[in-house]
Amino acid sequence: MIKSDIAAHGLDRIVVAACSPRMHEPTFRAAVSDAGLNPYCLEMANIREQCSWVHEDKERATEKAVSLVKSAVAKASLLEPLESTKIPVTHSALVIGGGIAGIQSALDIANSGYKVYLVEREPSIGGHMAKFDKTFPTLDCAACILTPKMVDVARHPNIELLTYSEVERIDGSVGSFHVTVRERPRYVDMETCTGCGQCASACRLAGRILSDFDYGLAKRSAIYVPFPQAVPLKYTIDPDSCLMITRGKCGKSPSCVEACDRGAIDFEQVEKVHEFDVGAVVVATGYNEFQAKQRPEFGYDRFENVLTGLELERYFSPNGPTGGKLVINGKVPKSVVFVSCVGSRDKRVGNAYCSRVCCMYIAKQAHLIKEKLPDTDVTVMYTDMRAFGKGYEEFYERVQKEGVHYRRGNAAEVYEEDGRLHVRAEDTLLGEPYEVEADLVVLGTGLRPPSSADGIASMLHLSRSSDKFFLEAHPKLRPVDTVIDGVFLAGCAQGPKDIPDSVAQACGAASHVVNLLSKDHIDAEPIIAIVNEDGCVGCRTCEQLCPYEAHAFDEKRGVMTINKALCKGCGSCAAACPSGSISMNHFRDDQIVAQLLEVL
Amino acid sequence: MGKQQWTPKIVGFLCNWCCYAGADMAGTSRMKYPPNIRIIRVMCSSRINAEMILKAFQTGADAVFIGGCHPGNCHYVDGNYRTKKRIDVLKRLLSHMGIDERRLRLEWVSAAEGEKFSQTMQSLADEIEQMGPNPLHLTGGKTYER
Repeated sequence: MIKSDIAAHGLDRIVVAACSPRMHEPTFRAAVSDAGLNPYCLEMANIREQCSWVHEDKERATEKAVSLVKSAVAKASLLEPLESTKIPVTHSALVIGGGIAGIQSALDIANSGYKVYLVEREPSIGGHMAKFDKTFPTLDCAACILTPKMVDVARHPNIELLTYSEVERIDGSVGSFHVTVRERPRYVDMETCTGCGQCASACRLAGRILSDFDYGLAKRSAIYVPFPQAVPLKYTIDPDSCLMITRGKCGKSPSCVEACDRGAIDFEQVEKVHEFDVGAVVVATGYNEFQAKQRPEFGYDRFENVLTGLELERYFSPNGPTGGKLVINGKVPKSVVFVSCVGSRDKRVGNAYCSRVCCMYIAKQAHLIKEKLPDTDVTVMYTDMRAFGKGYEEFYERVQKEGVHYRRGNAAEVYEEDGRLHVRAEDTLLGEPYEVEADLVVLGTGLRPPSSADGIASMLHLSRSSDKFFLEAHPKLRPVDTVIDGVFLAGCAQGPKDIPDSVAQACGAASHVVNLLSKDHIDAEPIIAIVNEDGCVGCRTCEQLCPYEAHAFDEKRGVMTINKALCKGCGSCAAACPSGSISMNHFRDDQIVAQLLEVL
Repeated sequence: MGKQQWTPKIVGFLCNWCCYAGADMAGTSRMKYPPNIRIIRVMCSSRINAEMILKAFQTGADAVFIGGCHPGNCHYVDGNYRTKKRIDVLKRLLSHMGIDERRLRLEWVSAAEGEKFSQTMQSLADEIEQMGPNPLHLTGGKTYER
């Protein structure tokens, strides 16, 4: 009907007085567009949801409907055809962070045929998962399932892996981000190093440097790979301990140089800067472990047999400090106590949230202790058990049946008496305090936002939730998007997650990236703010108001410009412009005032 | 125009994502409220500037209602905070001009709060009914009797 009327009467503006535009505006815009008219030449008067359905006084409701239609007509007469802007898309992506989430995203995007730059700060990809022994609840060996993916990344023709590197700067917007990455010198040539390890054995400091990968529980050389399955398997010289770098001298000549048949060691190496363009970005910067010393009552700093969950994980690992044996300070523990919620659900340390993984990693570690040392007593002091995932509750039950004691209630303090640790706690089910003697206390430390989050947030203008993890665009329906178009989140960067959830979100982020990269152009919505450069006085009031950083001041001409790809069309800047030089398409001042005058 | 029973004229500027959707929700749930309000849709409540509100009062509105998303839920991150700041300042200006600041009301209504929207419309209409016509417009083009 609308289409034939447009044709028959040569109509150039259309008013539909019916339902809410939130319901059928797209339908009518499509119809108007089919008839050859610009789709933005349509205005709707909402006389159903906001009139006939809510008013009982028929006469006054009719009067209101008439005025709403008049108001829509007034606006329609001032409507202008609008064209969406085509923004070209660079067919490549940046993935920041090479943990399991970043790896999964990078592989998915690369497998769809797009170039991926995967940037990792550490010398190897793998993230926290590379440090785990087993995964809950299936007890898969973490390395066995992770390392093949790491190798896939290294071999993938579409992935350019930049390790020991950090993103320094990101400019531009959706479709074309310009990225600057700074790669630190390894002092080892990536091309010639074969990863044989002779340099590490020869190093004068061999076995004397604390390994960060093992949380200082094991020692390495000044030239090292963080773990044997590292990708890339290339050695790195630790600039903080290497004698050549710290003192400029290492014996008569550095022993690593002598040991390396291939001549891969190069103390002259300097930082490299990589610059490239991408169409989309995945932020997969992971998490940091909660610092256990922030809860001094548990004695993490005082007692060597108080460990964090991640440290214990290294003891279980076959490539860990004890080769997988649970020997702490030369002793096999006869009694082990786990303390849950250390740094989680704890407002005193500023973390109100649940870290989601601790209940289950404690259950897994309790199981592993019982498996290795069946006669050892294992007690878990828990706040509430949160076994939410697939197979988790069943695993928790299994662990209880294996003889692990679960007692509800927070631990209060760990102290030493007669050479043994004592954990004081309250059993909140019985309502009484109790104490357990222990040879090993494991703190179920939670997850914190990564320390790199500040830099990434300001580079990409990302928002963060009150817990300081990156904020998704919508908590239910847009969990992998951010409010910045073309920037997506994967894994713990967005909030604490276990491996399956991280992988699922990483796949989701990758699919959104692929969706974006599969187009040659993005149609940017034309309902955006426009600067009238003749009127703009360059006061820059609008710049501070824009949540999307769409405003950029042109210093040369002294006027504000608005990036069409970034503007979301809220109109906040248009309302604030003191000289009235910003006009908000489709919601211009004159259009709103015309509507206003008709209803009064 | 002849004399007619005075009834408050209220102009509503509603953000598309929360309050306008909340008003739609009131409609789909058939929650009744008096037909005083005339709604103008904008994408964000922060699109509204002081001039539009003053224009409404100058032209005969007895009240102006601004509806936005709840704090922290703004579709445009923090547009609603800007709205709040502007409205707070404008309310003081209105008082100086002899317009009761209650004639300008800002409420946060989510897309799910049809009931809150309808109750707000009822209470605003009742309140303005009590206050009487906008003093700026008593001598305007139309004559009223209470």
